[in-house]
This record gives sequence, structure tokens and C-alpha cells, in this order.
Amino acid sequence: MKRRDFLRAGSATIGGAALLPFLRALPASAAAGDDTLLVVIGDTINSLDLHRTGTNRPSYQVAVNIYDRLVRFGTKTLEDGTIAYDSTVIEPEIAESWEVAEDGKSITFKISPKAKFWDGSQVTAEDVKWSFDRAVTLGGFPLTQMKAGSMSSPEQFVVVDEMTFRVDLPAPSKLALPDLAVPVPLVINSKVAMEHATEDDPWATEYLHENPAGSGPYKVTRWDAGQQFVYERNEDWALGTLPPMKRVIVREVPSAATRRALLERGDVDFYMDVPSKDAKEMAESGVAKVEGAPIDNCLHVLGLNVAMAPFDNKLVRQAIAFALPYEDILAAGAYGRGKPMWGGTEASPSTTEWPQPFPYATDLEKAKALMEEAGFADGFETTLSYNLGLADWMEPTALLIQESLAKIGITATLDKIPGANWRTAALVEKRLPMHLENFGGWLNYPDYYFYWAYIEGHLFNSSNYSNPEIASLVEETLTMETDDPAYEPNIKRMIEIAFEDVPRIPLYQPYLDAAMKPEVEGYVSWFHRQLAVTNMAKG
Amino acid sequence: MEKLSRIFGRVVQAIPPVFGVTLITFLLTRALPGDPAVFFAGLMANEDTIAQIRAELGLDHSLPVQFLYYLRDLLHGDLGNSLSTGRPVLTELMSRLPASLELTLAGLLLSMAIAIPLGVLAATRPGSWVDHLCRVLVTAGVSLPTFFTGLFLIYIFYYLLGWAPSPLGRLDFLYLSPPQVTGFYSIDAALAGDWEVFWASLRQMILPAITLSLFALAPIARMTRAAMLAALSGEYVRTARANGLGGARVIWVYAFRNAALPVLTTLGMVFSFLLGANVLVEKVFSWPGIGSYAIGALVASDYAAVQGFVLCMALLFVVVNLFIDVVLTLIDPRIGLES
Repeated sequence: MKRRDFLRAGSATIGGAALLPFLRALPASAAAGDDTLLVVIGDTINSLDLHRTGTNRPSYQVAVNIYDRLVRFGTKTLEDGTIAYDSTVIEPEIAESWEVAEDGKSITFKISPKAKFWDGSQVTAEDVKWSFDRAVTLGGFPLTQMKAGSMSSPEQFVVVDEMTFRVDLPAPSKLALPDLAVPVPLVINSKVAMEHATEDDPWATEYLHENPAGSGPYKVTRWDAGQQFVYERNEDWALGTLPPMKRVIVREVPSAATRRALLERGDVDFYMDVPSKDAKEMAESGVAKVEGAPIDNCLHVLGLNVAMAPFDNKLVRQAIAFALPYEDILAAGAYGRGKPMWGGTEASPSTTEWPQPFPYATDLEKAKALMEEAGFADGFETTLSYNLGLADWMEPTALLIQESLAKIGITATLDKIPGANWRTAALVEKRLPMHLENFGGWLNYPDYYFYWAYIEGHLFNSSNYSNPEIASLVEETLTMETDDPAYEPNIKRMIEIAFEDVPRIPLYQPYLDAAMKPEVEGYVSWFHRQLAVTNMAKG
Repeated sequence: MEKLSRIFGRVVQAIPPVFGVTLITFLLTRALPGDPAVFFAGLMANEDTIAQIRAELGLDHSLPVQFLYYLRDLLHGDLGNSLSTGRPVLTELMSRLPASLELTLAGLLLSMAIAIPLGVLAATRPGSWVDHLCRVLVTAGVSLPTFFTGLFLIYIFYYLLGWAPSPLGRLDFLYLSPPQVTGFYSIDAALAGDWEVFWASLRQMILPAITLSLFALAPIARMTRAAMLAALSGEYVRTARANGLGGARVIWVYAFRNAALPVLTTLGMVFSFLLGANVLVEKVFSWPGIGSYAIGALVASDYAAVQGFVLCMALLFVVVNLFIDVVLTLIDPRIGLES
């Protein structure tokens, strides 16, 4: 299918009123005007359907902007004036209200009569069920994410009546409701999708891959794969304040230097994932505005594989934690765009704040003493692996660590692993002795982080860490409400063990930086690390 | 007749390399590190989903069986589906190849326009300032990496001076692509009579084409200079001069025609080489060509896309060299006479 045909087909099915006309050139106002935002991104998007197998991370932003969910997270303004999502506030979106059953084992949602798909039809409980069934049936990442909220089978999604929808849970869980606000449980226009479903493709993955059918504040009116895509505002969207920008053009510009030049010249308005160095320099020079907030529940860590000697020795791990050049790493690897996670003063935490500084700091004497106590006074040889796909922060960090470890007798050979192999080596086979890792949990709870990163066999536990006490603590706490009396002591105990055992040594909590023209406002830093266009405005 | 059978023989000779390339690409992509099933299953997938995806991709068969399936599809003109983009590889290549070809041809023409006269002048005036200029340009062209030249040009002409349009690919935000005929935006726009888009697409091409041409300049200028020097010292040139023929006529008709043969061969090689080597230029100028597509596919272990790309490049290599050989056969009187 040629692109132009696709556009026509797309516009026919989307059927909205304000579609991009087929002009050779956009109206002059489109590029210069206040109602169009010009965005550049570094990665290419490869699908308009988040549930599809093989859809890459950058494509999530499309799902975020063009689909609605039952509920969404609120936003808050941080001390420095930047806006970030608020994991503690859940707002209505398609659901105008919801009620958790007495026993906590089901949530019933009332669908808002204002929720209309782009073709004008009402969003119904059937659509929600179809979309959720799709997410758990297609498998892969969507299923895994749904499972985090205890949702894994279509039987759990019940159509009570046309405007009432219920989720049944095997047990009460504090993660269920927030998990409905992440990008995965989006609501698709099931009538449109089913018209294009076939026997081989009952979930219309072929169709929705290029032709979204949703109800969100924006529609995609043009997608030139590998080049650009265009969002157009859905003028009939009534589930929130109508977004200020009428049109958003997202162009793919692979080179970070080119992106920066485009912004500094004023030819584009905004870009995200700014390398820390550029973020620092632009913020200092004032040619562009840089905004960013620390990414919730995300840490850049040095992982030590406890299944391999000598990292099975706790003293060696602690020695390394005392030998890392934390300040240099934050200054040279992240150009200061991170929150320190070292230098804590308490061996057992007094708050449940997460992440919080670990009780280690650069202290080579202490590190040497611990090495001697562990029986490695002469040091040892090992490898330090990092992901070439994330070389912008991992490379300088690894070099600094290598240099510093040499001072306590550890000779670390650098091992660069191509991005395509990283997951297999680090997360699946878990075969890297010492490595850099950067897991961030979408749901902002410490126990959720521990669930993925500290439990034996779980994906992001690249250190092969195993501790029965943490395992039982996490199991007990994961679904527990935060006001449960056991919650606070449990979390504190988990953090205390992590302090003591340090299979993962936190380096810092990274920022998610975006650079924009001074007149651009309303950028919100989200846990999914994608650009949500809804709040963006040009003053 | 002699020439025709030679050409036919040359065409037949092109077939084994194509088959060889098919086999080698197939084996090489299988030897790539990284498991595509794991990659496409996503970060959070478990064993079952990975196995399911492996079966969907046909990766559970033995290698010879996979190769036979691949050959069968190829014969049907099916290069497979790219997993990362979810589209047929053929469609992707067809939409991206014109972008690369347009840029490469523009770069090549530009470098020919500079390198050939420069080489000729340098050869006719050895030791003069033209000769030195030629040497400087050749050295610069060989030693400056293309991404550096590209970024440097962007910095000067776009960032500092603001003369060049924004390095945003084939067209600026303002314009939409012309109706597709050849896939070359400049030609398509001209065909549609849309001069605004025509100029816009030419403007976008200036900086990347200069970057590429700097890179291609060196071999062409060097070869022209060497071939001209050899031709000018030939006996036929001495004879022509002795017979009192004019300087320009001797240079362009007698010497340059003979020197054109090795230059043409070099052009064929430079063209094929440029097409592959402009990956970095594509990245720097956000050019949606096949180079950046291939890199993306490699990173994702997207077998079908990588195979399709290498096959496409190999075919282009074969076709370009075949074409050059045929042209050489046609214009060189010696080839026909010898056999």
C-alpha cells in the first residue's frame, strides 16, 4: 500500500472533521504559528499499536497521546517549577467514577457519557473489555504489564452493562488501579477494529498497526515511516481540558548534534532525551530552556553478580561500594543531571522514601580494609560490562569505575556489549559479573522495584541476588495498601537489607531532560519517559 | 556481433555472484550475535512468548530448510516482512532506495563536475597551483570522515550563517512530498510542475551532496590525473602535437578519451561505494535512506531487513559494474579488436 493510499484509507476510517488537507505544502501558519508544535525525536517509531509484537519503546508515545484509558495519573509542580506526573493522584478519564468492592477483589467503573471515539460513537464497556482482552491475549510485554496489576485473563474483565465495566481481581492489590493508568490498558474502538479483523488476525493487529482507532485528545493524521508523524487535535475530546496545541509534527532526527542545532537555531520547538552534556550546556547558555525531573523509581546502578566469585562475598561488594567515585560519575557521566544516591547516614532507613541514598561514599581506606578482611588484599581481576546502546552515560561511568577500582587492587577489563545482545546477556542469562544497569519501575512503589530487581529469577535482577527474607517481604507487601500497618516496617526492612547486601550499588537517580524554546510551556515529565502532548503549549 | 556476444557473456557472469551473495548474506545474518526472537518478544517477555515468537519467525527450522524457504520467497519477489517496522522489506527498500540514490547521484555528479576538470588541469600543468589544489582537496577528501564534514558544514552554513535550510531530511516541515513517480523528489516535483517543492528538495540536498562529493572527489580526481598523465605521455599525443594539432583538441579528443576508460571504471566503484558509505551522512542529515534503515535493522537483528538490504546493495553493485563494463565494451575500440 502506498503511503498516500494509506493516508486516505486512514482518514476515511478515522472520519474526523479536522483532518490534514492534502496540500502540497502545509499552510504557512503550520510551521510558524502558535498552534503547531515542532518536535524532533532521535529514535524511529515502528508502529501505532502498542500491543503489537515488536513495537519498540519510542512508539509508546503514540499510544499515550491518541488513546484514552479508564483512569490517568495527575500532575504536580516540583519545587524548581518543573511539572511531573503525580503517582499518588489518580484522575478519571474514560471512567467518570469507580468503586472498589468491600473485599477489594473487584473494581467497578462507570463509563463517562462524554467519552466518544473519533467516529462519534460512545465508548462502551464492550470496547473496554475488548481492548483489555486484547492486551492480555496478545502476550509479550502488554500481558506482563497487566499482570503487575493482577490482571492476566479475559475472564477478569466483565461487562456489567453498556456503561458499567468491572475488573475482578484474585486478591486485593494496591497496584491494580495505578496499573490501569499506564500506557498498556488503552481503549480501542472495538467496532472499527473488528471490521478489519480476520480469522488469522482476530485482534486486527495488521490494521491497528497503521490505523489507530481511539478516543484520545490527538489523532495521527500522517505517518511517514522512518521520517515523521503528525498529531492533529481531536476537537471533540471532552475528557479533560482541550489541549492547547492544534497540531504537533514529530520529525525523526537521528543525530543528537543535529537535534541540538535545530533547537538552538529556533527551527524546532522541542526535543526529549537530551544527552546530559547538552542539557547542562544549553541550560547554562540560556539559548534554550531545559526541564527535567528525576525519574521516579529509577536508578542507575552498578550490578555485582552474586552467583560469581568473588562477588558472592558481601565484604567485596561493600568494598566496591566504598571505592566508587560517585561525585565524578555524576559530574562526568551525567553532567550533574542526576540525584545523588550515596552518602546516606543511616544503616537502617528511617523513612520509606525510595530511592534514597545508600550509606556508602567514596572512602578508599575503608574499601581497602574491607578487601583485606574478605581475603582479597591483593585484589582480583574481573570484567565490567556495559551496553553500547546507552554508551552516552555508561562509557564515561565505566571508565571512572575502572580507574577507581584499580586503586583498591581490582583490575576490571571493560566489556562493551552491543544493544541487541544486552538483554540476553545481562537480564536473561544474567551472566555478567560486574555491569551497569538502569531499571526503572512504571509503578512508583519501592516494593515494585524490589519485585523486579531483587527477587531471584526476576528479569531485572541481573545480579542473581537471592534472599528469602526479601522474597517473602515483597510477596507480602506488593499488593498491600500503603496505609497498612505492616507496610512501612516491611519496606524499611527491604531497604535495610539492600543497604547491607548491596548486590546493586546505586550511582544516582537519573533525570529525564527535555529541551525547548523559551516560550514552550507545559512539559510534563512522565514515568513512561515519553512525550505526552496534552499539556504542551506555546506562550 | 563480437561485441554483442561479449556483452552477453558478461551478463551471464553476473549470475553466480548474485547467488553467492544470497547464500553468504543468509549465513552471515544467522551468525549475527543476538536472538531476534528474544529481541522482539520485548523486555518483559517470558520463555513461552519467546518460543511462540521463534516459531512465528520460522526460526525453529534447521538452517538448510530456512534457506530453501528463503530462496522460494525470493523467487516470488518476496523479501519477507521487516519485524521492526511491520512492513514488507521490499516496500521499505523501494521507498528508501530512491532517497539514497537521489542523494548519491547528486553527490557523484557534483564530485565529477569538480574532480574531472581538476584532474585534467592538474595533469596538464603539473606542479602549478591547480596541481597543489588538487592534492589538497584529495588529501582532505580522503582524510576527513564524512560525519565530520557533515557536522562541520551544518555548523558553519546552517548553525552559524543560517544560509542552508535545516538538516531535516528530504523536505522541510513546510512541504509535503510530491506525488510519487520516480521516487526522486526533485524529479517528481518537476514532473508535477511544483517548483516550490522542487527548489525546496534541491536546497535540502546541497549540504549532504557536498559532504558526499568531498568524499568521492579524491579517487576520481586522482584517477583522472594519473590517467591523463599517462595518456599525455603517450606516443599518439606526441604524434598529434608533432602534427601541429591544437592544444585543446589534443587534450580533450586524444588524451581524455583514452583516459576516460579507467575514470569510468573508478566511477562505477565510487558510486557503489558511496551508496553504502553514506549511512553516516544519512544519520547526520536525517536522510531517510536505506543506510539508516540497514543500521536500525542490524541493531534489531531484523534478519529479513538486513538480508534484503545486502541483497539490494549486491544487485546494485553487480548492475552498476555490468553497466560500466558494457559501456566500456561499447566505447573502447581496442576491446572489440583484441579477441
